[in-house]
Amino acid sequence: MSSATISQGYRSAPGRLHTILLAGTVPLFLGALLSDLAYHSSYQIQWSNFAAWLLAGAELFCGLALLAALINLLRARQKGGQALYFLLLLATFVLGLVNCFQHAKDAWAVMPAGLVLSVIVFLLSLLAAWVGLAPRVGGVQ
Amino acid sequence: MKRANTFALMGVALLLSACGEKGADTQARGPDPKLPEQQRGLLPSMKIAEPTPWGDQKPTVPEGYSVTAIATDLQIPRQTLVLPNGDIIVAEGRGGSAAKLKPKDVIAGYIKAKGNTKVKSGNRLTLLRDADGDGKYELKTVFADNLNAPYGLAFANNKLYVANQDELVSFDYQEGQTKAAGAPTSVAKLPSQINHHWTKSLTVSPDGRFLYVGIGSNSNITERGLEAELNRAEVWQIDAATGAHKPYATGIRNPTALAMHPETGQLFSVVNERDELGPDLVPDYLTSVREGGFYGWPYSYWGQNVDPRVQPGDPKKVAAAIKPDYSLGSHVAALGLSFSQAAMGDKFANGAFVGEHGSWNRDAPVGYKVIFVPFANGRPSGQPIDFVTGFRTGEGKTRGRPVGVTVDPRGALIVADDLANTVWRVTRNR
Repeated sequence: MSSATISQGYRSAPGRLHTILLAGTVPLFLGALLSDLAYHSSYQIQWSNFAAWLLAGAELFCGLALLAALINLLRARQKGGQALYFLLLLATFVLGLVNCFQHAKDAWAVMPAGLVLSVIVFLLSLLAAWVGLAPRVGGVQ
Repeated sequence: MKRANTFALMGVALLLSACGEKGADTQARGPDPKLPEQQRGLLPSMKIAEPTPWGDQKPTVPEGYSVTAIATDLQIPRQTLVLPNGDIIVAEGRGGSAAKLKPKDVIAGYIKAKGNTKVKSGNRLTLLRDADGDGKYELKTVFADNLNAPYGLAFANNKLYVANQDELVSFDYQEGQTKAAGAPTSVAKLPSQINHHWTKSLTVSPDGRFLYVGIGSNSNITERGLEAELNRAEVWQIDAATGAHKPYATGIRNPTALAMHPETGQLFSVVNERDELGPDLVPDYLTSVREGGFYGWPYSYWGQNVDPRVQPGDPKKVAAAIKPDYSLGSHVAALGLSFSQAAMGDKFANGAFVGEHGSWNRDAPVGYKVIFVPFANGRPSGQPIDFVTGFRTGEGKTRGRPVGVTVDPRGALIVADDLANTVWRVTRNR
């Protein structure tokens, strides 16, 4: 096993910045979900405002992670695991964007679709990060 | 016409846009409009008409009438008042301090600003005078300045009353005066926190005893919380002598202009209704304002049509909601109201002129004109007639946007245009 092979093998794993962006999306989407739950049970509009901003932040992190994932995917020799991760993250981003627009509606028009979307998007983001950050041992994929 | 919707800004394909709206002909106007189902795509429609100068063009008026610009280069003229000696007072300014609460507010604010003037708020009253009666207002002078977004104007008790966005004030006035003698006197503080709808409309009872102030809601549909709506969406009756106030009518979303019917002494208002329920909901309206009346906002519209966006709802309030008198069409943004007089000519003698600022959230723009609503027996009756049009070009750009309208008893309609910063005067040809 040459050193060249090792570096090529590791190149497709998320780098540090990529990891921060990817891992960051999870608590942001979770925060949006919890805020939606709070609005749903209390009718206090501020929770809905929090949810909208947390979603916007999540989409920013998610979008940048998606870009990094795309670059990794294009550069990877073997695209199998990379492709699954990329597609999960893409689905998270697209549904997250739909959720952003849903949260741009006024008052209770956000509900119930906004809450349902927040649950789905949070679970998707968790799954994407789970797959994307799967520990790799050894240099060869 | 420049299409600027949220999608274009976010650089996303047009897959989800709420397209396919029909034109103005789907608008239900008159006393008993047929209301369509509520609809809301994932994105609200926004269509901002790109401003363009008038150049040597003028608005279009009916045959037998003429229009001239009697003042230009103003600083956002909104409402006007004709004083007993024929001088015209123009309130100039822009108010509001509503915080941007959601990402949507940032984006929508940016888009809407494209359809408005770039001129800074004048916060002043300008006086226009035509001393020799030739129709040219040769004197244009600042009557008072350092006001806070003045909007509603009324004259009574030898006082000029001005509704700032936070306070009703008065100036002592002597005939012929061209400049206020000093700072104004406070009559009453007005609700001003947030001021999502900041304009404070104003009129006075025929005997000068009561002033009526229209106070708009603090949101489209309670998206700033119900707490923010205390003392909002109301018409106040204020005692001119003491400043004591009481809510005269409630649930009246944004009463942007008030006027007394000249014969019956009945208070009327044009009211702007809620958005984001579709291109043909909810109609803005002209209505008589009943003392103690509740007009539905936020719980319902046009009587008992429940708005599901308001939770928790209030069935008792819905049941109590009064159906307005007369639909002006959805999103036309009626901002001006003035009752006509015989001097305006037979066809336009009995009724009210309504200034329509024009839509910003409807695919096919509506409004952008001054209409005449005929009255019979003190009530609106029959279909409206276009009176001043041509505010939009054939290419879909916007030259001007009408706001306040005022009938001059000498036989003229004064129209404030807050996009071109111009005051127009429509007269009957003799």
